[in-house]
Order: sequence, then structure tokens, then C-alpha cells
Amino acid sequence: MTSEIIIQAIVTGLMMGLIYALIAAGLSLIFGLMEIVNFAHGEHLMLSMFSSFWLWSLFGLDPLFSIPITILLLAFCGVITHYFLIRYILKAKMLIQICATFGLSIFIRSIAQLLWTPDFRNVDKPLLEGRIEIGSVFIGQPQLYASLVCLIAFFGLYWFVTKTETGLALQATAQDRHAAEILGIPSNKMFAIGWAIGLGCVGVAGGMMANYFFIFTDVGINFALFAFVAVALGGFGSIIGCLYAGIIIGLVESLGGLLIDPSFKLLYVFAIYLLVVIYKPQGLFGRY
Amino acid sequence: MDTKLEIAKSEPIWNTNNKVISIITGLIILLFVLPVFGMNSFYLHLFIMIFMHAVMAQSWNVIAGFSGQISLGHGAFFGIGAYATSFFYMEYGITPWVSIFFGMFVSAIFAVLIGIPMLRLSGHYFAIATLLIGISFQVVFQRWDLVGAASGLWVTMTPEDSWSALQFHRSKVPYYYVFLIFFLITFFLVWLLSRSKLGYRLRAVRDDPQAALSLCINVSNYKIIAYVISAMIMAPMGSLFAQYILIIDPDRVFNIEISIIVLLITVLGGIGNVWGPIIGAAILVPISEYSRIYLGGTGGAVDLIFYGLILMIICIFRPNGLISFIPKDILERKKQR
Repeated sequence: MTSEIIIQAIVTGLMMGLIYALIAAGLSLIFGLMEIVNFAHGEHLMLSMFSSFWLWSLFGLDPLFSIPITILLLAFCGVITHYFLIRYILKAKMLIQICATFGLSIFIRSIAQLLWTPDFRNVDKPLLEGRIEIGSVFIGQPQLYASLVCLIAFFGLYWFVTKTETGLALQATAQDRHAAEILGIPSNKMFAIGWAIGLGCVGVAGGMMANYFFIFTDVGINFALFAFVAVALGGFGSIIGCLYAGIIIGLVESLGGLLIDPSFKLLYVFAIYLLVVIYKPQGLFGRY
Repeated sequence: MDTKLEIAKSEPIWNTNNKVISIITGLIILLFVLPVFGMNSFYLHLFIMIFMHAVMAQSWNVIAGFSGQISLGHGAFFGIGAYATSFFYMEYGITPWVSIFFGMFVSAIFAVLIGIPMLRLSGHYFAIATLLIGISFQVVFQRWDLVGAASGLWVTMTPEDSWSALQFHRSKVPYYYVFLIFFLITFFLVWLLSRSKLGYRLRAVRDDPQAALSLCINVSNYKIIAYVISAMIMAPMGSLFAQYILIIDPDRVFNIEISIIVLLITVLGGIGNVWGPIIGAAILVPISEYSRIYLGGTGGAVDLIFYGLILMIICIFRPNGLISFIPKDILERKKQR
């Protein structure tokens, strides 16, 4: 156990954490807007990875260039989700809301399994390949660029929500739906935009991860779990909280895996989740 | 005040609607004599699965429907029951009839251990935590060598049919009766629970925790009680299932599909209603078994597609489940006054 290995684990955890952060930010944005947890978030991530994969295998488009298409597809998917499902359960009990998005997740995952079989796939020879060596620390290039893109997208999202007019309208809807409607902000449209942006974030993360991660129908479950944890950790509805929470989770995952036992990664993250929600239920940066 | 109490006490605990009582009695007798007419083993299997899933869904109904906490990892207790029974039977030769209670006991302990920290959480926090718990159990059992790690436990087979080992190789009829009796007992107990003081307090906790608290109902204690009861209903089904299929592995008994199906059955039938899980199971289990027969082998999870679709449709159009189609005056006890 030398210091190099620990530094390596920290770097790996940091890069993973930035991806978790972006996925969680999408989830958090949706929750902040309409207090619905999207239990199908992992399945949307899976869809985005498959979209990247099919664009590569059918049209020979490198995952790096297909990202805009993936984002658009996912945003479209979000709008569809809002119009065909979420719109009807906005006023329902929380239990029904959870069941509905959970049902959506089962539906998407099993349709994907039927259409594409549960095989493991990966993108052969993407543009981003190889690794960088700094001292004795190895950094995979696709991982590095994925985390950088996610970081940029994250700050883009943050800028959008806090600085642009649409972003401010989103925030207003999140704070008080009815007051915002009185001021002429159509909440239904805002919800649709929120879903589009939230899933667009997932599109970025999934598109970049398609470069180096295995693509299969159950891929989303773990990422979604970590995203849930990140959202709870950062505080439901807080976007900047997701960044810190994502990084914490990435570090806990990789350091726990290195120092104790890699097969129980999920349990360490789970322990962190329990500790935080018990002692600080509003999360580290939550507004509730 | 006293007279009202007198009236309330003089009310019979049974439903005074004679029609409903006779229908239910008739159905129970029918269920008992059905195998005598010689059903083939597929229909026996179908009925066994309906009984099992109805009880499992009822278990979820107690925690989610009565006390309002959504557990997305309820399969964990099913797995604990299955593993506890099979492990004690294989290692120490303890008859399943006794080790069923071990399973219930272990499940109850886990429910308390999980419940004490987690039921202070509510809503989404609890749902996410239970989702994590369900998967954590699977992860731990996949790597735990004592219970066979990922390959699971192969229950030692007895050469002959035996009631003490709860194994019947020739016919499914004994299994049918075992599951039927467990099904009836569970529903009777839950029915009693639903109209007991405890049941009303649980519903008070679900509907308005603040108001319940102001009436001196210790909200988190009652949530834990509901969780423990729910776990103790779930565990015996795991135990019996292990004795029924005689091989258990983490992918089967801790599968997230179990947590999904109990949720689906309850929401389909009617959440928070004692009879909901029966209706849900009676509709969903045949769909699942038949879709496995006709569409199985295609490699796709066709039944899961239906599940997801049904769940969404029910949530949009009938949030109270199919039971809301039945007029209310049949289901509820007639007022005496």
C-alpha cells in the first residue's frame, strides 16, 4: 500500500464522482421542480448509452461526435415522459408518484432487454483511447475527458439555472408553482423544460461514458442508486450540493474499495447515505 | 359518551352483511376441495403461486398501505426467510416447521435493526434507503461462503415424501394445502390487524403524522411495529418457497423482481385495503405464468414489460386500485345506528 496507489484511487474516485454529480444534478433539478423522484433515472442513462452505441455501430459516428444527438434524444425522451406520465400524477399521493416512476423504470429496462438482449456491448476503438501517465499515476483518457465534460456541463447547468431567464423561471416554479403562474410562467411548460434539461444532463454523462464503459441493459441501476444517494446527500433540490456529494461518493467508493474490499462498494456508499440522512436529513446543502 | 361506547362494543366484530360472509365461506370451502377434483400440476402450481404472492403482497401492504412507508427492497425479508430455513435444515437437520419461526425471528430482528435508524426517515428517503438495502442483501449473500455464496443452497432432498421435512416429490397437493393454510391465516390476522386499535393508529400515522403525534401516538415506534409485522409475514413465504423449489440462490430469492411484484400486486389490487392483494395476485400471477409459457424462451422479460405498463396505467387512472370498482357498501361493515 504505497502512497501512489492511494493517489491513484483518489484520482479515479474524483473522475467517477464528477460523472455521478452530473447524473445527480439532473435528478435533483427534476425533484426540485415538482417534488417527484425519477426512479427511472438509471434507465434513462442506459438509453443514452445505447443511443451512443447504436449511432456508433449503425452510422459509424464516434461517441464524442454523437453527444449532441444523444442529448437531444434524451431531452425529447424527458418531454415525452412528462407529457404521457408525469403530467397525470403531479397531484397524486407520493406513494403513487413513486410507483409510477418505478413502473416506468421497469418498463424501459425490460423493453430494452427484449429489443437488444441483455448482452454486454462496448464501443470498439473510439477516438478517445489510451492513457496519460503522470509520475506513477495512470489516468485513462476517456475517463479524464468524460469527467471534464461532465464538470463543464455541470457548470453550464448551474449557469443556466442561476443566470438565464428560463433558469430563473424554473427556480420560481420550483419555489412556488402558483405564484409563478400568476406572474405568467406556465408551470406545465416549465416542468417539460425541467425534464428535458434533467435528462439532457444524463445524455451528456451517458454519451461520454459510452467511450469506455460496458453498455448493457442493467447498467443504470448502480448509477441511479449512487445518484439517489448523491441527491439525498447534497440535499434534495440543491444543484451545487450534487457536485460535492458526487465527489464524496466517488471518493468513498474508490477508497473503500481499495482499503477494505472492492466487492462491497455499494455498502460503503450506503453507510454514508444512512449517516447523512439520519444526522442531517436536509442533506449537506439542502433547502428543506 | 358511555352509551356510544356501549353501542360500539355491542357491534359484532364480523361483517354483518350475510351475503359477503357466505361468499367468503363458499370460496374458502371451494379452495379446500379443489384439488380433490384432480387438478393437473400446472393449475396446482398456479394456485400455489397465487397464494404465495398474495401473502407477500399483503406483507408489503402492511408497511406501505397501512403505515404509508414505501419499501422498495422488501425482497430482502423473503430471502432471509428462505436462507434461514434452508440453512438450519441443512446444517442442523431442524425441521422446516420449526425453522420457519427462525426465519420469522431473524427477519424481525433485521426489521428492527433496519427500522430503528431508517424509519425516522420518511417518504423518498425511506424508499431510496430500502432500495439500497434490498440490493445490499443480495451483494452480501452473493459473497458469503457460509451460505454457498453465489451458487446458493441446494436443500438436501429426502428420499420419500415427508411432512416433517416438508418435501413432497410425487404431488403438489400437500404444498397446495400448506400454502393455502398460511394464506388463510395471514389474511385473517391482517384483517384483524386492520380493524384493531393498532391498525387505526397505523393509518393515522400514514394519513397525518403530525396529528397522530399530537394524539400521543409515537409515530416512529408504530412505523417500526408495522415494519416488523410486515417482515414476519414475508419471511415464512421465503421459507416455504425454498422448500417448494428446493434450491435457492441470491439471484433468485433476493431478486429485485420480488420487491417489484409485491408492490405491483398491491397497487393493482388496491393499496391499503386488506382484500387488494388477493385481487392483484389473482390477476397478475396468471398473466405472469401464462406469458412465461407462451412468450418465454424469447430471452426477453416480456412479463416485466406488462408489469411496468400496468403499474403506470393504474397509477394514472386508478390510484386506488381495482378494488375501487367494487361499491363501497359491500366492503364495509354496516353501521348499526
